[in-house]
Amino acid sequence: MMPKVPSQRLCLRLAPLALALSLGGCDWAVLNPKGPIGDGNATLLVDSVAIMLVIVVPTIIATLAIAWWFRSSNQRAFYLPDWENSGQLELIIWAIPLLTIMLLGGVTWIGAHDLDPAKPLQSKEEPLNVQVVSLDWKWLFIYPDQHVASVNRLVIPAGTPIHFSLTSGSVMTAFFVPQLGSMIYTMNRMRTQLYLSADNPGVFRGLATQIAGDGFADMHFEVEAKSSQDFYAWLAQARGSGPALTPESYIELSKQSVVPEPFTFQTVSDGLFEKILDQTLPPGPGPVAEADPGPIVATTSQLCVGRRN
Amino acid sequence: MLGKLNWDALPLGQPIPLAAGAFVVLVLVGGVAFITLKGWLPYLWREWITSVDHKRIGVMYVTLASVMLLRGFTDAIMMRSQQALAFQSQGYLPPEHYNQIFSAHGTIMIFFVAMPFVIGLMNIVVPLQLGVRDVAFPTLNSVSFWLTATGALLVNLSLVVGVFSRTGWLPFPPLSELAYSPDVGVDYYLWGVQISGVGTLLTGVNFVTTILKIHAPGMTYMRMPVFCWTSLATNLLIVAAFPVLTATLAMLTLDRYLGFHFFTNEAGGNVMMFMNLIWIWGHPEVYILVLPAFGVFSEVVATFSRKTLFGYRSMVLATMAIGLIAYTVWLHHFFTMGAGPNVNAVFGIASMIIAVPTGVKIFNWMFTMYGGRVHYASPMLWSVGFMVTFVIGGLTGVLVAVVPADFLLHNSLFQVAHFHNVIIGGVLFGMFAGYTFWFPKAFGFRLDERWGKAAFWCWFIGFYLAFVPLYVTGLMGMTRRMQHYDVPEWHPWMLVAALGAAVVLAGIACQITQLVVSIRHREELRDLTGDPWMGRTLEWSTSSPPPAFNFAVLPQVESKDDYWRREHSADRLVEAEPLYAAIEMPRNSATGFVCAFFAAFGGFGMIWQIWWLVIVALVGAFATFVVFAWRDRTEYEIPADEVARIDRANRLARSQARAALQAAE
Repeated sequence: MMPKVPSQRLCLRLAPLALALSLGGCDWAVLNPKGPIGDGNATLLVDSVAIMLVIVVPTIIATLAIAWWFRSSNQRAFYLPDWENSGQLELIIWAIPLLTIMLLGGVTWIGAHDLDPAKPLQSKEEPLNVQVVSLDWKWLFIYPDQHVASVNRLVIPAGTPIHFSLTSGSVMTAFFVPQLGSMIYTMNRMRTQLYLSADNPGVFRGLATQIAGDGFADMHFEVEAKSSQDFYAWLAQARGSGPALTPESYIELSKQSVVPEPFTFQTVSDGLFEKILDQTLPPGPGPVAEADPGPIVATTSQLCVGRRN
Repeated sequence: MLGKLNWDALPLGQPIPLAAGAFVVLVLVGGVAFITLKGWLPYLWREWITSVDHKRIGVMYVTLASVMLLRGFTDAIMMRSQQALAFQSQGYLPPEHYNQIFSAHGTIMIFFVAMPFVIGLMNIVVPLQLGVRDVAFPTLNSVSFWLTATGALLVNLSLVVGVFSRTGWLPFPPLSELAYSPDVGVDYYLWGVQISGVGTLLTGVNFVTTILKIHAPGMTYMRMPVFCWTSLATNLLIVAAFPVLTATLAMLTLDRYLGFHFFTNEAGGNVMMFMNLIWIWGHPEVYILVLPAFGVFSEVVATFSRKTLFGYRSMVLATMAIGLIAYTVWLHHFFTMGAGPNVNAVFGIASMIIAVPTGVKIFNWMFTMYGGRVHYASPMLWSVGFMVTFVIGGLTGVLVAVVPADFLLHNSLFQVAHFHNVIIGGVLFGMFAGYTFWFPKAFGFRLDERWGKAAFWCWFIGFYLAFVPLYVTGLMGMTRRMQHYDVPEWHPWMLVAALGAAVVLAGIACQITQLVVSIRHREELRDLTGDPWMGRTLEWSTSSPPPAFNFAVLPQVESKDDYWRREHSADRLVEAEPLYAAIEMPRNSATGFVCAFFAAFGGFGMIWQIWWLVIVALVGAFATFVVFAWRDRTEYEIPADEVARIDRANRLARSQARAALQAAE
């Protein structure tokens, strides 16, 4: 596991870069991580840029300086029309990028292994399982052990590792919470896995990052990291109200629509995620041929068929 | 009778596409009417449409690319203005229209701007640089061009008849499968790209053969100009990569038309197979585009530094290395698939390794300027602008090869900024440098320098204004292809990006003005020396524009930069008049145009499923092939007297022009 780097330290490292750009880099979501994975991703991002800037900045300066000094009107510059080779210089020319890439290659190898999305996070706490299904054009989050589900709002306990199992009930897209890190694809009939965690309570933005059709721009969700007390309170509330997620209501949910407000399902049928995964439950129907398909915004009541009393 | 085609295909209820479509149709009809009334049609048919002269075909390719650049850039303006407006609102483009626009923008810019521009320059320049009279298969060359033009026609037809793809510039299944994209959009994409892809593959075959087999006497491989080397690498990549594209699109076509399951999840198909296959073509494709641009910079930097290219062998090695490694990196386009750390790390590191030969090239251009006398004509401005911009694009490119960093940046606007950074800063700047550099060779007069420099500065500043905001919003977590958004932090950056697009628009306006001004002042800008820039390679040793046969007598090559060596050695201009002989040249042929004519109807028939039209087109195309294959006369002879007459006139004009120049000094 990647040693956990506190966000402040990352911000400190970023300071020169941010200053150089004079743009206050710490406000940018990707560079302002709120969990260990995002922190690891962003640290590698910043370090890699720093390593490359060591080469890139002098190269740009040298290019401009040489281009300026050897301008044809400069009488003081020498002229070597036939100088076309220098073994030593060419050795250096090949060596500089090669050494840089060897260093970065090492960083990449280690980083790719440390931050493998499917690698469990080390923690004293048991990971919370969340099953994610991308649909046209909303996100379904199933809490299999708690038997509740939520649409377009992901509520998690802060400090607890979250084990995501992801699939798609429709086209391929990608699941991404910039401040928590590590984007991953959702693909139908396939399961990807991802471990994330939020350090502290907070609200973060999550979104789909692979074009999924006309409602794509509305396919974002809220991530709420809560203290464990608040998380259990939310669970209790979710169990107390809302429709039931059954195969029937899932099929209704999988039709193309945009959900205006997040809502929860108070119960979830057993093995629903597995049925979506092996397509026992059919993938979303796509656009339905109608003369006038009407607005793509569905109402919650439309999605509440099959509600258990 | 008309398959899926009916009146609903016309955008009668949608004002924006209707107006755009009507405008395009009016311009086309007006243009054709004007040409017919002026009586130019026979000339165009004889000298251009049926021409198999590589220079003419090159000019037509560049013209196609320029027109398509205007179309692709219109899409860009619409995207930037939509995203500037669509903060907490729907903007002016609904998703079904916006999604078509970004799909068309990418498709057109890659397949119908960058590719024809690159191939056009290769057509004009490579045979001249090799010191030969034409490419290996001149009629095939014409077929290639007309098939590319057909692809462009079909893609643009979707503006007026039906809709275009809404799945992005690469049609990823399952979104592109029939279930999720039932309309003809994806079919327009498939047939447009498929037909032009065949044309590109034929170009690859043609140029690989030309560069490997047809040289002036003494033009050994290690004496070839670097542009020929980069063209060789590009065409080898085309020959190896384009069949993969053809096969992949054919599989998707079978899925859509005949219910196959290559890329569905039933019956053993696999969605991610499409990702792998398309990027096995797609990644080499970016080197197919950028390598010729590297070749242009190598010629331009050496010429305007008045100095031999530094590290020729390193350049050749680096070019071929890039061509080879290009095949080992495709998986970096989908690190987020969850393939596992070993696979990701191997492909990440392979991708970074490409930065080594590329970095070597940058250093070589730098040392070419070192100890030179750098003249800042506009091709050189594009080159220096490229070197600075491309290094930044290289940095962000290596950054997204760092697997965990890519987990944050994949599909974001950072990614969009990165590839525009290398495609505009690399490919397009290179093509503009080459266009300005070789324009006098193709037409006999230079382009206006003042408008050219203004165009450069607008493009250069506009590029940074448009794409630095995209880097920033990418780091803010904004993903690409959003029709609207509600995050306040992103909005100001989208406004700046729109401003950048406006500055680039000013650059394009400068380029159009430059062309008009230059044509009007062509007598003042006339170059009779054949060598306006103090060039180094063989294309500058013949007149501008070169005669149909390029060289009256094939040059004897004794070294690299042979023309420069001859110009600056003692025996300059004391060349005795050569012994003229009759020259055999390929006859013009309508094969290319007729093939494309049938391909256009065949493609249209496939898109709308008008089967009788497809059958008619197939029969017609086959008949064209039979007529061509059984032709009797393939060449015509230019008699020695005629060659002598043309060449003497050119020599006289050249020596007079040079004497006048010397007198002026």
